Amino acid sequence: MLRRLFKDFQGDVLAIPGRLIAFIFLIALFFIPLITQESYILFIFILVNIFVIFAVSWDFISGYTGQVNFGHAFFFGVAAYTAALLSKYLGLQPWATIPIGAVAATLAGVLMCLPALRLRGPYLSLVTLAMPLILLGVIKAFPDVTGGEHGISGLPPLSDSRMADYYIALLIMIGSVLIMWKLTDAKSGLVRTGIILHAIREDEIAARATGINTIRYKLLAFIIGGFFAGLAGALYAHFLRIAGPSSLDLMLSFQAIIWTVFGGIVSIYGAVVGVYLLYPLMELLRQFNIPVWPGSEIMFSDLRFLIFSAMVIAILLFMPEGIAVWIRDKMERECPRCKLSNASWRRTCRACGASLY
Amino acid sequence: MFQAFVIQALVTGGVYALLAVGFSLIFGVARMVNLAHTSFLMLAAYGMFYTTYRLGLDVFTAILISLVATVIIGLVSYKLFIDRIREHEVTVMLITLALASIFQESMILAFGAHFREAPTLIPGYVEIIGVKVSYQHLLTIAVVAVVLLGIWLLLSKTKLGIAIRATAQDTEVANLMGINVSGILLVAMGIAAALAAIAGIVVAPLWVVFPYMWMSPLVMIMAIVVLGGLGSIKGSLIGAFIIGLVEVAVVFYLPGGAFLRGAIALLVMVIILVFRPEGLYGIVFEEERL
Repeated sequence: MLRRLFKDFQGDVLAIPGRLIAFIFLIALFFIPLITQESYILFIFILVNIFVIFAVSWDFISGYTGQVNFGHAFFFGVAAYTAALLSKYLGLQPWATIPIGAVAATLAGVLMCLPALRLRGPYLSLVTLAMPLILLGVIKAFPDVTGGEHGISGLPPLSDSRMADYYIALLIMIGSVLIMWKLTDAKSGLVRTGIILHAIREDEIAARATGINTIRYKLLAFIIGGFFAGLAGALYAHFLRIAGPSSLDLMLSFQAIIWTVFGGIVSIYGAVVGVYLLYPLMELLRQFNIPVWPGSEIMFSDLRFLIFSAMVIAILLFMPEGIAVWIRDKMERECPRCKLSNASWRRTCRACGASLY
Repeated sequence: MFQAFVIQALVTGGVYALLAVGFSLIFGVARMVNLAHTSFLMLAAYGMFYTTYRLGLDVFTAILISLVATVIIGLVSYKLFIDRIREHEVTVMLITLALASIFQESMILAFGAHFREAPTLIPGYVEIIGVKVSYQHLLTIAVVAVVLLGIWLLLSKTKLGIAIRATAQDTEVANLMGINVSGILLVAMGIAAALAAIAGIVVAPLWVVFPYMWMSPLVMIMAIVVLGGLGSIKGSLIGAFIIGLVEVAVVFYLPGGAFLRGAIALLVMVIILVFRPEGLYGIVFEEERL
C-alpha cells in the first residue's frame, strides 16, 4: 500500500518539474509560521490565501466555460455582507456565518445565471459587470441597515491568534483549490465535469450536439464558482472584521481577472501563481518609501499602481498565455505518442521510450 | 423644475451619446471592448485644465491642444499595445484597463488627486421659460448635435464612411475589396478618441475634473451600448438618451437618488437584455466558429 503510494508519487510528482515545484511550495507554506512569527507577514499571507480562492473560482467560472465574468466581486460582497449582517443582528459566530455566507453567494450565482444563460460574449460580461454595481447602489441607499459608506464593522474574528488564522485560511485554500482542480481535470477518471467544461469552452454547439446539456453545466459552473468566491468573501470579512462597499468594488472584480490572466487562464494553478506573485509584490512596493531620484518628492511607493499596470501590459504582450503556463511549457514536454508529460531535458519519453524530438 | 430636468437630461444623454457612439464604432470596426475609452475624456478635461489655468492660453488654443493631444495618445497606445493582440478579446480588455489605470496614475502624479475645475467656454446664462440655463449647458447640447450630425454624414455619405462600415461588416471581405483595413482601424480609433475628447472638453466645466472621473461614465456607456445593441450606432444613440433620462429622473424625483442612479440605470439595462438578448438594435453576429 505505502509502497504503491510512493511509486505513484515518484511517477506523477517527482518526474514532472512543474508538479515537483508545486509540491515543495505546498509543503513550504505549512512552515512559514515556524520561520517567522511577524504579524504583518502572516497578515499578507492570509490575505493572499483568501484571494487565491477568489481568483481560482473566477478561473473556474470564466476560464473553463468561456463566459467572461466581470462582476466576480458580486459573490464576494454578497457573502461578506451576509456574514456581517448575520453576526450583527443574530449574533452568530464565524463557524455558522461563513458557510451561510457561501450558500448566499451560491444563490447569488443562480440569480446571475438567469440573464447569463440567455446571453453570450460581451453582453454577458457587461451584465455580470452591472450586478455588483446595482447591489452597491442599494447598499448605499439604505445606510441604516448596511452601514452605507462605512460598512459593518466589529465582526467576530476567525480565531484568537494570527497563527491559527493563517492555518485556517491555508487549509481552506488548499481544500478549495484541490476540489476545483479535480472538478476541472479533463483527464480525471472520477468526474466528467472537467472534460465537459473544456468541451463547452471550445465549441458550445458541438458540445450540445453530442448530447451534453450545456445549460446545466454552465449553471453548475456559476454555482460552484459562486460558492467558493463566497467562501473567500466571508473569510475576508471575518478576518478583517469589517464588510464594506470595497468588497463589491469594480477593481476587486478586475483584480481577480488580472491575477488569473497574469498567471495563466484555464489552468487553476495559474491563478494561484498570479496571486502569490502579484499581491506580495504590491505590498512590497507599498513599503518602498525611497525617492525615485535623490531629492525628488515622488516616492517609489506612489508609483506602485503605475508599475503594476505597466507590468501587466508587458506580460500580456510577451506571454499572452500567462507566466505560469509559459514557464511550465519551458520545463515540460508532452510525449507525441502517449501524451504523457515529461521533463523537457529528457531525450526519450519516460513511459514509452519514444523520442521527444 | 421640469424645464431644468429636461435640460439636464439632454446634457447627460448627449454626453453619453458622444461617448457611446465612439465606443460602439471601435467595437463594431475592430471588435475590441476599449475600457480606456472614457479615460480619453479624463485626459481631455485635464488638458483643458492644464492649458488654460497653468499655461494661461486662451480657450480656443486650449481646445485645439487638448483635442489633438488626446487623439495622438489614443492612436499611439492603439498602435503600440492593442494592434498586435487584437484577436484575444479578454487580453484586449485587460490591456485597455491597464492603460486607463496608467493614465489615471499619471494624472495623479502630475496634478495630485484633487478635485479641479475647467474653464467655462462661454460664461453667463439665459432665462428660458422661467428657468436659468447657463450657456455652457446650451453649448454642450449644440456641440453634441453638430458632432453627431457630422459623424452621421461621415459614415453614410463619404467614401471613408463606406469603407469603415464595410470593415465593420466583414473585415476579410473588406480587405479583399482593396480597403486598407489596418488604416481604417486606425482612423476609427482616432475618431473614437476625438469624440471622447470633445465630450471631455464640453463637459469638463459641468463635472468636476479628477483622476477617477473615468470610472462611472465607463460603466454607464457600457450599459448604453449593450442596451442599444453592440456595434449599432443608432442603438447607442437611443440607448444614451434612455439611460441619461432614467439617470436624471432618478436623481430629480427619488429620495436618495444620487446613490441609486447608476443602480437603476443598470437595472433597466439588465431587464431589457433579459427580454431582448441582442439589445434594441443589435446585429446578431454569426456564431464565430473556428
